Amino acid sequence: MRIKPGITDKMARIGFNSMAFFTVGILVVIISIICIKGVSHVNLEFIFTSPEDMGRHGGIFPSIMGTVLLALLSIVFATPLGLGTAIFLTEYTKESTFTKIIRFGVESLAGIPSIIYGLFGFIFFVIKLGMGWSLLSGVLTMTIMILPTIIRTSEEAIKAVPRNLRIVSYSLGATRWETVTKIVLTAATPGILTGIMLSVGRVVGETAAVIFTMGSSLRLPTSLMDSGRTMAVHFYILAREGISMEKAYATALILVLSITIINILAYYIMNKVVSKYS
Amino acid sequence: MNETVLKTKNLNLYYGDFYALKDIDFNVYKNSITALIGPSGCGKSTLLRCFNRMNDLIDEVRITGDIFVNDRPIRNINIIELRKKVGMVFQRPNPFPFTIYENMIYGLSVHGMNNKKRNLEIVERCLVSVGLWDDLKDRLNLPALDLSEEMKQRLCIARLLTVEPEIILLDEPCSALDPIATMRVEELMMEMKKDYTILIVTHNMQQAARVSDFTGFMLLGDLVEFDETSKIFTSPSDERTEGYITGRFG
Repeated sequence: MRIKPGITDKMARIGFNSMAFFTVGILVVIISIICIKGVSHVNLEFIFTSPEDMGRHGGIFPSIMGTVLLALLSIVFATPLGLGTAIFLTEYTKESTFTKIIRFGVESLAGIPSIIYGLFGFIFFVIKLGMGWSLLSGVLTMTIMILPTIIRTSEEAIKAVPRNLRIVSYSLGATRWETVTKIVLTAATPGILTGIMLSVGRVVGETAAVIFTMGSSLRLPTSLMDSGRTMAVHFYILAREGISMEKAYATALILVLSITIINILAYYIMNKVVSKYS
Repeated sequence: MNETVLKTKNLNLYYGDFYALKDIDFNVYKNSITALIGPSGCGKSTLLRCFNRMNDLIDEVRITGDIFVNDRPIRNINIIELRKKVGMVFQRPNPFPFTIYENMIYGLSVHGMNNKKRNLEIVERCLVSVGLWDDLKDRLNLPALDLSEEMKQRLCIARLLTVEPEIILLDEPCSALDPIATMRVEELMMEMKKDYTILIVTHNMQQAARVSDFTGFMLLGDLVEFDETSKIFTSPSDERTEGYITGRFG
């Protein structure tokens, strides 16, 4: 028997609504649990002091700094490299077997689990190059890990810039370099920023690859060769080794809050850019 | 007759195996408006794009014969200098997704002119000459994409004027505009003729008849006839031209 179109339509609407609510619901539950369990342990002291007794007492200042440094430096390394590759692929070369190979490589790199990057970083940077467990090893490993994301999102953003803008730019006497830097990159900025934000999220949330390369020292890293610990690693160790679930939740709360703040800031900047131009 | 500023001799152009322009001999005279008419795909835009080497951006284009700009062979002119001298306005208004002011100074900045005060004077002069200054003088920092289609096209013309071209190529500049906006852009062209040489490609025969001094009729890559507009539209010498302008085909 054929179901009446009106009923199918209603069922579809209810179905899609519940799916959307379910998805948002999971997010709300996770964040609520973290907030409820963690909020009572978060205060200024927790944010600005160093941990004591393996993290049972004290704060997480070194982990916050470790996270910030790792994310910031990885982005500083990966953005020019990734953006440069994306520009090369889209603006400075024609589609050929060579670009297909590069793209295939990038796609493959994007699909590799982070633990493999961790192992590579451990073998190559930590052991082979003798960098030891250090911020630098971590940064270089994270850089390689987020490169595919930055390349792919930048490439998509650059491709989305209408071709006629480039042609107009050339017709006004601009060189390719001027066209790319002044027109294409400016117009692609929101898309490129999105890729960078996704990458920050990946670095901030990464544990396995960080433990293998940056180590898990509780001290504040003061040079590139110091070992350190990110919030995600701190949370993992506190929870995994049963050191302190309260502190683990408090750390998770700060982690979630910082990612939220970064996202809000990024959207704010993006909206500023977009609203200035359209 | 006036001095020739654009000239082709035995110009042939191929897109891969496709023979797009066939042995074209063509002149554009100083301070005149020359129109190229013909059915779609006849090669009129291709011919237009030869003069600022925009065809170079397309793969597999092969050109033989000679093109002269102010009697200099085009291949002896630096491409940046050429595109500064021979400016182009496109079919669809295409301001950059920036502010009006940033659009206006783009051409200046790529030619190394970064003096703010002087640039503002140039922006004012060019916006005045396309009749936009009064409307836009207090809105220079607004997004150019928010303007109406006609204002966008005028802005694109003004943006081009900032680099002080001598010759302006217009590739169906009114095809995205309504009749009133079209009329205003046509009036603008007539005014600009005093200072610039204009070559326009148009689908609209009446437009060619209204604004141009010379008209070339193209068909399947051939320049069938080229003469004064009044002659082309009243007593064309080739029957194909007559067939096209009387609407027998096209």
